[in-house]
Amino acid sequence: MNDAFVSSSICPLTQWADVRQPLDFDGYCQHGGYQGAKSALLEHSPNEVLELVKNSGLKGRGGAGFPTGMKWSFVPMFDANDGNAPENKYLVANADEMEPGTFKDRLLLEGIPHQLVEAMIIAAFTIGANKAYIFLRGEYHLAAKRLQQAINEAYQHNWLGDKIQGSTFSLELYVHSSAGRYICGEETALINALEGKRANPRAKPPFPQVAGLFGKPTIVNNVETLSNLPHILKNGVDWFQAIAPESDAGSKIYGACGRVKIPGLWELPMGATLREVLFDHAGGMQDGLTFRGLLPGGASTDFLVAEHLDTPMDYDSIAKVGSRLGTGGLIVLDNKNCPVAMVLNLMRFFAQESCGWCTPCRDGTPWAVEILTRIENGHGKVEDLDSLNKLCDFMWIGKTHCALAPGAVEPLRSALKYFHDDFLEHIEHGCCHYNPTSVAKRTHVATAALKSQSRAMQGGQ
Amino acid sequence: METIDTITIDYQHYLTASEIAAIEHEASIMETREAAGIEALKVVQNHRGWVSDDSLYAISDLLAMPVAQLEGVATFYNLIYRQAVGEHVIHLCDSIACHLTDMNGVLEAIKQHLQIDYGQTTQDGKFTLLSNACLGGCDKAPVMMIGSMHYEQLTPDRAVEILQQLANQELPS
Repeated sequence: MNDAFVSSSICPLTQWADVRQPLDFDGYCQHGGYQGAKSALLEHSPNEVLELVKNSGLKGRGGAGFPTGMKWSFVPMFDANDGNAPENKYLVANADEMEPGTFKDRLLLEGIPHQLVEAMIIAAFTIGANKAYIFLRGEYHLAAKRLQQAINEAYQHNWLGDKIQGSTFSLELYVHSSAGRYICGEETALINALEGKRANPRAKPPFPQVAGLFGKPTIVNNVETLSNLPHILKNGVDWFQAIAPESDAGSKIYGACGRVKIPGLWELPMGATLREVLFDHAGGMQDGLTFRGLLPGGASTDFLVAEHLDTPMDYDSIAKVGSRLGTGGLIVLDNKNCPVAMVLNLMRFFAQESCGWCTPCRDGTPWAVEILTRIENGHGKVEDLDSLNKLCDFMWIGKTHCALAPGAVEPLRSALKYFHDDFLEHIEHGCCHYNPTSVAKRTHVATAALKSQSRAMQGGQ
Repeated sequence: METIDTITIDYQHYLTASEIAAIEHEASIMETREAAGIEALKVVQNHRGWVSDDSLYAISDLLAMPVAQLEGVATFYNLIYRQAVGEHVIHLCDSIACHLTDMNGVLEAIKQHLQIDYGQTTQDGKFTLLSNACLGGCDKAPVMMIGSMHYEQLTPDRAVEILQQLANQELPS
């Protein structure tokens, strides 16, 4: 945690988050904890909470930015007034945070686990789910321990279990720890994983809101999205929208990594500009380095460059300049790291994590890796750039089973546009000029070639 | 009539009571027994270091699910080991934030110190070296995970130091 966001005026999600020692039940309650859930369960009907969330303008913070209230409204409600609809339904918190360059949910899971528990009570009450799971990535061991502790405390104080706080609503909440696979963050793959199946994404429709986990209506929401709920319930829709009056409502946890001065996370009003996050909070580039470009929201978003730095980081503004807000975590490229090597690293990740279900992704991503490796190692041809552009088309939205391959395309196609000269130089000079070994090898090869040529000429005399 | 040799491993004679109890607990909170498959694999791996064929057969017997389906799950995940691994498995993050902050130098130092490459185990059986997709420590890159510990802000020297400390540690008996 950085001092920067502790001192910023409105940061409801992270104000009390402390990764060294999170608040226990009593501490959380002293800071207004469980007031939102109390208001939902004892003062509102599920329908009223749904209306509140719809009116708040809360959008999904996991990457897609879909309006949360609208997503919830697709769940068939059989008897919306008592919170216990006749059919089983499920709520799942998506804590499978594995997008490279993204580490915001980890702060919430490790730093303030009770907030997520409270949020899930509110969400489950609204959609009428009596069973909920936190789908946690296997690598987050500390988060698993702290969440379980918070859940145990919540059971002890009747915030989970039967007839919560004297209401008619009951909820069982479990942590499911996964075993490491990026695709599990895709909601239908996540549902397959929870059912104990190989985690390939499912075909849609039917959508999970209607037929999801074990065939029942299921809502999957990102951790940061859910964490807004207690505060919306406690402080109201007007307060939530006033946090960012000129943008999408609420706050957003932005992050920055790469060779910036102060990598970290900052909760800011939605719509802070790229420049604010990169220079005011992350402190700009490390000494001796200059800024080349950045991915605004994790590995699966398009590069943006200097001319875009004044763009507000909200869903529409970032989309207008040709990228996506994604998870809001900046991955910053400096002038001494090779853009081709960066895209190669990203593409390797997507090739490794492709589930292999559909051909464009299963074959396309390794093919792109092969071509990019060739270029990076100095064996590329100009035609390779055409092949890469074609691959971007083959793997684009509508041609694949899920969003993984289009996500892989985004950094590639934008790198081909903004760093075209770097690709060309690799091909023309037969080496990577960011890498001294590569240049030395090339020079060595060139010198050797010259020598043998001159020997041949001498021999001919 | 031709007969096909099949292998069945009776879970009661193979799995320990505590393994069975942990798996049954997971099965009790899910709607189907097969949904406990991934947790069952993790339970057995925690006790035995990795998931052998025999372990796989025993779990499929306990959960009454096809071996092939369980194998499909086991091989899908990065953190389930279907081959014997060393006492400590090093997961070095090779994602973009670590790449930009020179994880390559750390990788070379580890390789040289242990004299192994990715996917290999040291001769004394102490260490296995694997990569890992983003460990979520991008602000403290480069990062590696060994067991449940995350080691952050690595330098080549620091990484080797950590491995030396682990190598000298006595296993609690």
